[in-house]
Amino acid sequence: MANNKDIQTGDLDLSLYHEVAEEHPEVADLSRLSSEDQKVLLMSGIDTSGKERSGSFFQKDHSVIHCQTNFDGAEIMSASEARKKYDWLKDYWGKAVPIDKDYYTRRADEHQQHGYFIRSMPGAVVHYPLQACLYLSEDKLSQDVHNIVIAEEGSKLNIITGCATAPNVRSGLHVGVSEFYVKKGATLSFTMIHNWAEDMAVRPRSAVIIEEGGTYISDYICLVPARDLQMYPTAIIKGKGAVATFHTVLLARPGSLMDVGSRVILQAEDCKAEIISRAVSTGGKIIARGDLVGEKPGIKAHLECKGLLLSDQGVIHAIPELQGKAANLDMSHEAAVGKIAQEEIEYLMARGLSENEATSLIVKGFLSLDIIGLPDDLKKELNRMIDETDTNAM
Amino acid sequence: MKNNLLLEIKDLHAWVGDKEILKGINLQIKKGEVHVIFGPNGSGKTTLLNVLMGFSGYKVSGKILLHGKDIINLPVDERARLGIGMSFQRPPAIKGVKLRNLITTSAMGKDDLMEDYAAKLNLTGFLDRDVNLGFSGGEIKRAELLQLILQDPEIIFLDEPESGVDLENIALIGEYTNILIGRHQEPEKGKTMKELYRQRRKSGLIITHTGHILNYLDVDIGHVLMEGVFACQANPGEMLHTITECGFEECFRCFRKEKEHGE
Repeated sequence: MANNKDIQTGDLDLSLYHEVAEEHPEVADLSRLSSEDQKVLLMSGIDTSGKERSGSFFQKDHSVIHCQTNFDGAEIMSASEARKKYDWLKDYWGKAVPIDKDYYTRRADEHQQHGYFIRSMPGAVVHYPLQACLYLSEDKLSQDVHNIVIAEEGSKLNIITGCATAPNVRSGLHVGVSEFYVKKGATLSFTMIHNWAEDMAVRPRSAVIIEEGGTYISDYICLVPARDLQMYPTAIIKGKGAVATFHTVLLARPGSLMDVGSRVILQAEDCKAEIISRAVSTGGKIIARGDLVGEKPGIKAHLECKGLLLSDQGVIHAIPELQGKAANLDMSHEAAVGKIAQEEIEYLMARGLSENEATSLIVKGFLSLDIIGLPDDLKKELNRMIDETDTNAM
Repeated sequence: MKNNLLLEIKDLHAWVGDKEILKGINLQIKKGEVHVIFGPNGSGKTTLLNVLMGFSGYKVSGKILLHGKDIINLPVDERARLGIGMSFQRPPAIKGVKLRNLITTSAMGKDDLMEDYAAKLNLTGFLDRDVNLGFSGGEIKRAELLQLILQDPEIIFLDEPESGVDLENIALIGEYTNILIGRHQEPEKGKTMKELYRQRRKSGLIITHTGHILNYLDVDIGHVLMEGVFACQANPGEMLHTITECGFEECFRCFRKEKEHGE
């Protein structure tokens, strides 16, 4: 990755952040959190009633204050506890994301405070999603977590994770290692919503390993300003006929830097991958990366990267890459960066919308991916989130 | 009868770059009147509507008076809010914006009738589709009609309402165009039809190349636009007959002859 030249110190000024957090007491029910906190959670995809969720995990700073599973076929708990409970977890820990991959993976290993462990049992169909929230409530705190998700053979699992900061927090550091294992014939839908304070630095380090016939669907949404966000999750398809999909929706305001990509390495025959990203800049800088590596015959993979630039101060740098390493594969990409067509704005203005209203409607339309494979309720929730996104900055 | 004037265009010129497209248009549309403009391709018909609506890309001079107030410098949305509506010939598709969403955002409070009119226009399934994306010619026109009926403008500009529409659709489009411009008149007890016609308040300006829409719609006054000026004003039925029989060649012939006489 471009910004990770220095594995010893990383690329951020770490003296800005402190390591020790106050311990927080457990809560029996997320609906007992303060209304300010609940409002933030709602905008991060977390349902505090927990009604239509199969389980919930809530980590505030360095404390896991709520953890509950409502469905026999799945479990959710602190990753540190899971490591104590299950000896076999050592076969997964650090296997998808090597501990010494870069500065931040090493840091997460040394400073780790929990993170979540989520697993669906073999053959289990987990109808309602499990939700996990990593919450930062102290200004200038660093939060280092390690997450592990395992969808066992033939299971179906939906996860919504919200990473957010409390209203009083302006600055902080979030480092998260996430490892995903999609076993034979399993399906994992992973939706991640970032809802950060404007001065946050965020370094997720994620990898996915998909076995034969498995399906992994990732939806990543970040519509709020984050000063410095850098991530490049990688899915490695190891088994025949498996599928990986990454959807990314980004909105960068002035002062934000978002360096976000997705990579799929297709190592088995007849696999499919799709990477789709939508980036809007109202003045921030977005580097939208995408990388597809096809190593076996019969592979189909497509990368689509579209950017809307609404200000001369903004930058959108699309870097789509394809590597084909076998004959008889089919890989393609399309990338486009531009402004909104004047014709579209004037069409809406002819219906009585002001220029700002027209722009906002078009931008929201551009961001609202018709996400395939997600439960309808979640789709509605995501579109509501896009609808409620502050349009003043657009 | 001056107070009966809804739209008055005075010496309207429009340029694209250095090229003059409209070369002095004068037109008066009274309340309740529907006008049709015929013209060959490239005569400036669409430019005229675009300039009246206020779209970018043109340099303009002259006056566009709506209720006596010059709107030539107003932005598009203010013109729409003053009561002008336009049906586009080829509107842009807007990805991710559902037709339902566009209507509820723009229909100025009339969206409670949306489902009803969508059903009548065979558009129920289209409310949750992206605006104009992958719509056929007829579907585009019906979606335009739905939006405009709910917008309820006082004066309606229709750009080639029949283009790209198949036979199945044209009668339906004709019917709802009548409703849109207030020409769909059911008899009422205690009033003569004459009285009802006199109450008409909505006006229309229709541009057409083929004139087919006139089989479904009664219009009051016809014009022929040639090389950026009005060449002729007459009974629209006769005009259509002449153009259908002789083509725009006859209009050109007449236009040149009158021009020579004029000079």
